[in-house]
Amino acid sequence: MIRRAVRSVVELALAGALSVTVLSILLVSSGYPVSDALAALWDGAFGSWSAIASGTLIRATPLLFAGIAVSVAFRAGILNIGAEGQLLMGACAATAVAVSLPVSVGAFGALLALCAGALAGAAWAALPALLRLRFGVLEVISTIMLNVVALNATGLLVRGALQEPTGTFPQSALIDTAFRLPRFLAPTRLHAGVVLAVLLAIVTAWWLRATASGFRLRMTGANVSAAESAGGINVARVAFVAFLTSGALAGVGGAVEVTGVTYALYENLSPGYGYTAIAVALLARLNPVSAIGSALLFGALESGASAMQRDAHVPAGMVGVAEACVILVLLASEWLGNRLASPPSWIRGPAPLVEQPVSGR
Amino acid sequence: MMTSGQPGEFLDASIRSATPLLFAALGETVSERSGVINVGLEGSIIVGCLAGVIGATAVGPVAGLALAGIAGMAIAGVFVLFAIGLRSDQIVTGTAVTMLGLGMTSTLYRVRYGDSGAALTAPTLAPIGIPLLADIPVIGRALFRQPLPTYVVATLVPAVWWGLYRTQHGLSLRATGENPEAARASGTSPRRLQAVATLFGGLCGGLAGGTLVLAQVGTFAEGMSAGRGFVAIAIVALGRWHPVGAALAALFFGMVSALQYLAQALGLEIPYQFFLALPYLLTLAALALASGTYRAPAALGERHGAST
Amino acid sequence: MEPPLGLPSGTNRAVNAQAPRLALEGITRRYGALVALQTAALTVARGEVHALLGENGAGKSTLMKIAFGLEPADAGTIRVDGHPVVFRSPRDAMRAGIGMVQQHFALVGAMSVAENVALGGTGRLDLQHTSETIRRIGDESGLTLDPDAPVGSLPVGAQQRVEIVKALSRLTRTLILDEPTAVLAPSEIRDLLRWTRRFADGGGTVILIAHKLQEVLSVADRVTVLRRGHTVFTATASQTSEGELAEAMLGTAGGGTPPARTRTRRASTAPVVLALNAVAARDARGFERLTDASITVRGGEIVGIAAIEGAGQRELLRVLAGRLVPSRGTTVLPAKIGFVPEDRHRDALVMDATLTENVALRDAGSRRGLIPWSAIRDETTALLRERNVRAEHAEVTARSLSGGNQQKLVIARELAGNPSALVVENPTRGLDIRATVDVRNALLAARDGGMAVVVYSSDLDEVLALADRVVVMVRGRLRDVAHDRESVGLAMLAADA
Repeated sequence: MIRRAVRSVVELALAGALSVTVLSILLVSSGYPVSDALAALWDGAFGSWSAIASGTLIRATPLLFAGIAVSVAFRAGILNIGAEGQLLMGACAATAVAVSLPVSVGAFGALLALCAGALAGAAWAALPALLRLRFGVLEVISTIMLNVVALNATGLLVRGALQEPTGTFPQSALIDTAFRLPRFLAPTRLHAGVVLAVLLAIVTAWWLRATASGFRLRMTGANVSAAESAGGINVARVAFVAFLTSGALAGVGGAVEVTGVTYALYENLSPGYGYTAIAVALLARLNPVSAIGSALLFGALESGASAMQRDAHVPAGMVGVAEACVILVLLASEWLGNRLASPPSWIRGPAPLVEQPVSGR
Repeated sequence: MMTSGQPGEFLDASIRSATPLLFAALGETVSERSGVINVGLEGSIIVGCLAGVIGATAVGPVAGLALAGIAGMAIAGVFVLFAIGLRSDQIVTGTAVTMLGLGMTSTLYRVRYGDSGAALTAPTLAPIGIPLLADIPVIGRALFRQPLPTYVVATLVPAVWWGLYRTQHGLSLRATGENPEAARASGTSPRRLQAVATLFGGLCGGLAGGTLVLAQVGTFAEGMSAGRGFVAIAIVALGRWHPVGAALAALFFGMVSALQYLAQALGLEIPYQFFLALPYLLTLAALALASGTYRAPAALGERHGAST
Repeated sequence: MEPPLGLPSGTNRAVNAQAPRLALEGITRRYGALVALQTAALTVARGEVHALLGENGAGKSTLMKIAFGLEPADAGTIRVDGHPVVFRSPRDAMRAGIGMVQQHFALVGAMSVAENVALGGTGRLDLQHTSETIRRIGDESGLTLDPDAPVGSLPVGAQQRVEIVKALSRLTRTLILDEPTAVLAPSEIRDLLRWTRRFADGGGTVILIAHKLQEVLSVADRVTVLRRGHTVFTATASQTSEGELAEAMLGTAGGGTPPARTRTRRASTAPVVLALNAVAARDARGFERLTDASITVRGGEIVGIAAIEGAGQRELLRVLAGRLVPSRGTTVLPAKIGFVPEDRHRDALVMDATLTENVALRDAGSRRGLIPWSAIRDETTALLRERNVRAEHAEVTARSLSGGNQQKLVIARELAGNPSALVVENPTRGLDIRATVDVRNALLAARDGGMAVVVYSSDLDEVLALADRVVVMVRGRLRDVAHDRESVGLAMLAADA
């Protein structure tokens, strides 16, 4: 446990150092003053309470929700790259609940909105799950498409059913305070969703580790054949549950954005949280608790990037390049690790006999 | 009120929006037939957009188009290096390449053209009218007065078809996407074929980006690829992983997005998002309904060779 | 005029008429500690059908993969028409006129026959021409195929024809067939053997890897036998006998097989635990491998299954273990059955999970609520100690164990679930001697504890050493035989049950 924690902290620090290094190289090569730019980055990410709370933490929260979602799916061997769409649908559902229910629901308002977000995210994930399990449609293809559909559905809603009363702007009405998540550390924008995200990360990690259904999910993802043959696991059901859980987690993330940060539904609510979440999950080695750290790193980078662009006039896109480089270095180290871990074939011995049927579909 | 020019304009608009989509989808068709799903296609497109603008302002629009293709292929080279060379997961690699492309272009653009992204106009490719044919009523202008890329992509469709179905390398490539072991046993190199196919996909993605700036928009904007790489992946599926299918599917997607202008012109109050989402839903329905006969290459996305 | 199919049609090299068509000399191949081939030799003349015999694991397939460039040799020389050659890939072997039909076909199911035959060439693809070639080869050889049929829809026999025609279309002059009859029906076998004869009579060369002696003697000109990686016997077919070949293949004694602990064989009178009656089952391709199998296994006995490759034992074991639902027939199976599959990496263990997690996997399907990890960890630690599994502790990954310790862990896990029956497939494959003894003792102890045990091993000596009763499986059916090496061996190799 402790060793794993130390390792993930070390990896996180290395990833942080790597992104700063890449960033410095980019800055130097394009002629920006490195120290000014990095100082602006730091100020924007960790320079002040308000930078940490209103910038980094606020940015990291949706990344963490979606990162947990991606981790759960990938752990089960499901390539759900639809967290973006599931997050948007969660945001839509939370908004719909908040603008249509009477204010008298009181303290339960925000809770109801979050539940609606979870349900909508799960429902949106059920589509690719059914397409995969019933019709054999690859989830990679279907979730990509459903992301676009979700984006357009959001656009449709903020111009139609959920548009603000005057009908001029493409956004929903502001939700009533009854549906807003409590804030603390005023005047920062820090909200209860941050705590919820961390709690969910811990609970999800516990679920995967301690419970029978979490165990089935991990074993199915690690080796479908052994899970079925040695464990007697119904792997199709496990895949379905994993899909829904993943969708629900992303959906809550969307609902938290609306009820904790924006207080209204916008078309461009998510600047691609669902895609960055893949990097967040990967950097955390698909461990939800480690994802807290990697979401913080990416949140800090993106919050710092805005500040860097504003104060040092350095393009924010550079941070995107640094993020991409972190993933690529991670992939390369995984490859190197495999090479070092598995000895050459003449030591390994004969490959196991695997029956390779002619695919006759 | 419907004027006589409208059907022609509608067709013209359809073909214009379909052209970049078809470029990207043709390239993705080839790479997916070899078993590689390249989610980094979006990265190739955006890189192509910027390279197109740079080449066009420095030399001219045709050079811009060429540079766009080269740039798209170069960033696909990163994908090839990782996903095929190091056998990394294709989805994760593709996501990283898309992030790389989006970040790199926005950086370069601001570095080169300033913070505000000063209004930048690149010389564009003028429509080339084919004598006589361009004067045919209604369809003439739509089919025979188009900029260069449209003609290029129109010839690329039969060329890709010929390459896939009438050459031995095309056969080996398709076999690789179905059963890499069988391809290997018959003496071909699956990974080399996949690398070439994916680089071709990147080239086409770059050309898609070049077309977008040089034949349509005339300028660069951050993130202007706007998910066209993902659209292309949908088109490939709707087109049944076949180049002619991809052409029809791209035209369909193009028509649907042209429909919004038509609806506007006709004064219909249908929001354009409806039109944008519709083709995806239809594609998913088509994939589900015809799941028996209508399927992706069997080894698509597999990290094959990882076990050997 | 077109040359006859697949016959020498001109070659770049000067053909030395005296030299053998293909000569493998002093071939050695090791996989880690396991020696698959030790200075094995095979010489095949032009125009002959040469049978290569040996038990499972004798090294036949490995030797032929080396001859076809699929695997490198650690030592030794390959000569084609007297010239030394080096095959870096199948492509090199194909250029030398050598083709191979492997046991598991390398075909693309979604493509047509013509596309599969054309696969691997260069330049333009002319399916019309390929179709004509397929028809011509069909007319000349009797290997008829519909060029437009999708390969995935063809029965196994026709898929094999596709592989042969594919080789012939490349002017293959030396064709290696790896256990071609294992998957065929009797009439298909006759056709195939008749074809190999004609092909050789026309000047081609066939190397036939086979099990069934009767078949071999009916078609082969010469026979070479491998045993444990050595070439032990070569003869002209007409001057040898089934008995002589069987002795060469099986050896006279158990050879290097380690002895299990001394024990007495006995007939159990305990109640029947496992029973199948007229059961049929299909493999993953939908091919009916198990046609009419009946068997009863009592508590306190080990029933050994002896069979050659592809006789249906794979499906039999999975039906007995409750992992495969039969398509016909009735079964009596207890609620808890332990299963030790041959491919432990794929079917029994999650390699990157801890030993504790792998032990917990046993009941994963039915477990509810929280998993009592500390109890399972204690159970695992105890199992490691009791079953002599060498591991640092229970929290290391399965991957970090040696193959023998992995197997001991699998058996320990299955036995710890207190099953009424245990089904075991090739339990000691790839293990060293010490691990082999441990595994066998564990099986004997389970029997002594009253469990019904079914063991299949491709190593006949192992079946004989462990079993109280031996059942031979031939072509999807079972039959009881006397518990001695000769009767079991001959029953296994019989052309028909």
